[in-house]
Amino acid sequence: MSNVEAPHRAKADRPAEAPVSAAAQPLYATRQKVYPKRVFGKVRSVKWAVLMLCLALYYLVPWLRWDRGPGMPDQAVLVDIANARLFFFWIEIWPQEIYFLTGALILGAFALFAVSSLFGRLWCGFTCPQTVWTDLFMFVERWIQGDRNARMKLDQGPRNANYWARKGLTHAVWLLIAAATGGAWVMYFADAPTVTMEILTGAASIQIYFFFALFAGFTYLLAGWAREQVCTYMCPWPRFQAAMLDENSLVVTYRDWRGEPRGKAKAEGVGDCVDCFACVHVCPTGIDIRDGQQLECIGCGLCVDACDSVMAKLGRPKGLIAFETLKNLSASAAATAGMAPGPERQKAGMAARHMPRFIRPRTMMYGGAIAVVALAMLGAFLLRSTLDVTVLRDRAPLFVRLSDGAIRNGYTVKIVNKRREDTPLVLDLRAPEGFRMVVQDAEHDPQGRPLLARRADAISQYRVLLTAPAGARLAESTPVTFRLLEPNGREAASQSSAFLGPRP
Amino acid sequence: MPTKIEKDSLTGRDTTGHEWDGLKELNTPLPKWWLWTFYACIAFSAVWVVIYPSIPGWRGTSGWIAREAVVAEVAEANARNAPMMARLREATPAQIAADPEMRAFATAGGRVAFANNCAGCHGAGGQGAVGGFPSLADDDWLWGGTLEAIQHTIRHGIRSNESDDQRQSQMPRFGADGLLTAAQINDVAEHVLSFTGRATDQAAAGRGAPLYAEQCASCHGDRGEGNREFGAPRLTDQVWLYGGSKRDIVAMIGNARAGVMPAWGQGRLDPAIVNMLTVYVHSLGGGE
Repeated sequence: MSNVEAPHRAKADRPAEAPVSAAAQPLYATRQKVYPKRVFGKVRSVKWAVLMLCLALYYLVPWLRWDRGPGMPDQAVLVDIANARLFFFWIEIWPQEIYFLTGALILGAFALFAVSSLFGRLWCGFTCPQTVWTDLFMFVERWIQGDRNARMKLDQGPRNANYWARKGLTHAVWLLIAAATGGAWVMYFADAPTVTMEILTGAASIQIYFFFALFAGFTYLLAGWAREQVCTYMCPWPRFQAAMLDENSLVVTYRDWRGEPRGKAKAEGVGDCVDCFACVHVCPTGIDIRDGQQLECIGCGLCVDACDSVMAKLGRPKGLIAFETLKNLSASAAATAGMAPGPERQKAGMAARHMPRFIRPRTMMYGGAIAVVALAMLGAFLLRSTLDVTVLRDRAPLFVRLSDGAIRNGYTVKIVNKRREDTPLVLDLRAPEGFRMVVQDAEHDPQGRPLLARRADAISQYRVLLTAPAGARLAESTPVTFRLLEPNGREAASQSSAFLGPRP
Repeated sequence: MPTKIEKDSLTGRDTTGHEWDGLKELNTPLPKWWLWTFYACIAFSAVWVVIYPSIPGWRGTSGWIAREAVVAEVAEANARNAPMMARLREATPAQIAADPEMRAFATAGGRVAFANNCAGCHGAGGQGAVGGFPSLADDDWLWGGTLEAIQHTIRHGIRSNESDDQRQSQMPRFGADGLLTAAQINDVAEHVLSFTGRATDQAAAGRGAPLYAEQCASCHGDRGEGNREFGAPRLTDQVWLYGGSKRDIVAMIGNARAGVMPAWGQGRLDPAIVNMLTVYVHSLGGGE
């Protein structure tokens, strides 16, 4: 959050420029285990819904079927490495068209930038797989070992049968989920029912077991053990997303102008924060949101729910912790400067806020980039040909002089047929008068034109020899065009090339 | 060692004591598990060194050697190709060319074998080179361009004395061995040029005609049509192995040269590969 000037820093009133002390911070930090407390509320409900949607998509999509006809995989979403095809419902991507995947990734990146600059760390807090699976694993943990206090007590208590039973069960369920996760990953690369049976019966290949174990192992490790350490220390995204956030982005914020000074609920002259630590206890990364914007905050908003329920109990307005822009936070702080705690200050502070400015140069640029990439991809997709011809001219030799002085060039013609049809195509030549075309191993139609077979969903290759008649006045390079005609005479594809001869 | 550890006024945290032009670095302690990961990597590398051939002379406990792995992979590929190679060995080039499956395999394999064995003289695409390296892509053949003729040439070679069935012929060195005088050679050369309508001295060409009939026609034919039995080039076309100018022709008559090609079928290449090369060369554009 380096470019965001947080208006309030609770830590700032610590002593400055303390002298060199022997008890300086150590170079290595022991991990403080986080015991997040269960929480109820609006944000939590949204998080559950997003979690279920994401997991359902991940686990179930490989099982969707899509009929592509005989001999073709009937899995709706499939990365077929062996046959170099990517299937997505009715779309079939060849390796030559991998730019569609690139485009989708660029689109995803810009969408992430746009969402981050508008609403803060929505990705981190709600949809990132690390967050989703950690949430799921925490749910299991809470279900078996109890809530925050019970878990802390269990960890500090004796290592008895109860301890081992609960811990063992937790890890068993985690491993089961991890196995399902690794299994689902493999299913995107192989027929789901088949590969499931293979894995279960021990008939799968070593590669499948490797990737299954890799993803299962890392799911267990990252969601069960590493958790917030991934976000804080491993993930680069929290570090550079600060570049997308500004004072107009919605971020999870503690309204210090309303909460400070903290004190007991019944005390006089204190703010709305009763220092109950509910926000700290529910935090999955174990931080105190009241310290201001910080790298560790994933923006999940669970502290919003926790604080709201406390405020509701106390009969105070909700929103002491809220999704708020830093601009509004400054405005509220400025409007309430010097005011005594109480409903007046609360009203004045809330009145100073404005609708977040969603339309600003940064978001316009992200939106523009999304529009450009989306249009380019749409255009490329609509104009995508399902039949291509490529012509590779021989480089060695550039041309051959025949015994009667005629000049001949060789070409490799490839028919890229992404369709299921396999009716032969007529190869037609656009070239100066007298040029002769011979295709090795080709049949000919009644007019004597070569008929090129095309294999369904494959590349067919032909060698074509083009001869300029002896004595023809040839330029060093003569343009020629190869056209593929459907049986009805319609042009299916064409490709221009050059016919090279000696320097005149 | 840091000397000036101090508290940062804004965050209240220790600095590392390092300072660059007034910029100080906060001391953010590395998590211990990360340190352990680092140690685990070091331990892992020690295990790696023992298991794999990491030091020259040390074969590793796993016995895995990159070179041997390649050898094994090559053997595996050869085993996979063995049935097809057996078929290619038994079949005639004509049978291979007629069978799409064998033809595709032979053309692909022939391309590689050609690059390995033939391209050095005949060029990457069989274009040949002036000075005695015939083009295999044109329609002019010294010893014949049918599948059978190409197979025979590759198998038995040309003038390499490695096979009794080799292509064998020798043009006399009419000048160097004193068979013809310089003036006679000039006349014969003019006569040869007249086949392609390029004679500039009709009188000399006329004088050369009887000399040609006497000395050259037995191999090159009465009208210079050549003879594949002797590998005698046609003199009426536009393809000249050693150059087609008068100077080149005079040099050739006076001091004849002849190319040599190894007998690839005599212990050099597998008969299947000879057949693959035959089909590939035939497909370069000049096959008859």
